Amino acid sequence: MKLQEIANKIDGRVITATNNGSMTYDMAFASDLMSDVLTLQNDNMVLITGLATLQTIRTAEMADINCIIFVRNKKVTAEMVKLASDSGIDIIECRYSMFRTSGLLFQSGLKPVY
Amino acid sequence: MQFEYSIEGGNFSRAGYASSEVKKKLKQLNVDLQVIKRVVVALYEAEVNVVAHAYNGRMEVEIDKDKIKLALVDSGPGIPDIDKAMEEGYSTATPEVREMGFGAGMGLPNIKKNVDVLTINSVVGKGTTVQMITYI
Repeated sequence: MKLQEIANKIDGRVITATNNGSMTYDMAFASDLMSDVLTLQNDNMVLITGLATLQTIRTAEMADINCIIFVRNKKVTAEMVKLASDSGIDIIECRYSMFRTSGLLFQSGLKPVY
Repeated sequence: MQFEYSIEGGNFSRAGYASSEVKKKLKQLNVDLQVIKRVVVALYEAEVNVVAHAYNGRMEVEIDKDKIKLALVDSGPGIPDIDKAMEEGYSTATPEVREMGFGAGMGLPNIKKNVDVLTINSVVGKGTTVQMITYI
């Protein structure tokens, strides 16, 4: 799924879009625990999280995750947007819960990591 | 090739900066992407540990054609029981560290999974040195 398609499914707002949102995603992982995210081996996936800190962006950068969806109406800061843009990370803000967001995206075809 | 970064204990907004710089350097050197990912995940976990637990520290990076050698040297409280610290789920992290999405007792075990050689030396009341080697 493309970035805008993902945003549309969850009534989300695209905050940063790398390469005009051309990247395609086929897997997702939902967690507020960055230590869990850092154990994943997969690339090119979407992280669904309610943890809106600079360390969320850093974690995605280290784990080669190119898209983060911030759920529960969490807002990203200007510093987070800058770091995400510099690191080539797409960001979507979404007002739905993590459960609802995950359900909608699962239904739309995004695969779980395990 | 050798270089070094300083790490400030308690400064979470800067945590990960040094690991990010190392990642950029490894990419410039055309190191295999899977190797880079393993190295920087371990390095980032170790850097967050220094920020979370120590007063200050430094990251030493040595890259040659067959291996990447990394050391995190800190001044801090030290680790009283290294075997216990290596157990998944054991953590002494503060609530502040947990709010950052860390402190679940997974850092050191995850570092071990991602590097070929891990050596930890610690003196209580003085500090800790974590050395990691990854063969390319």
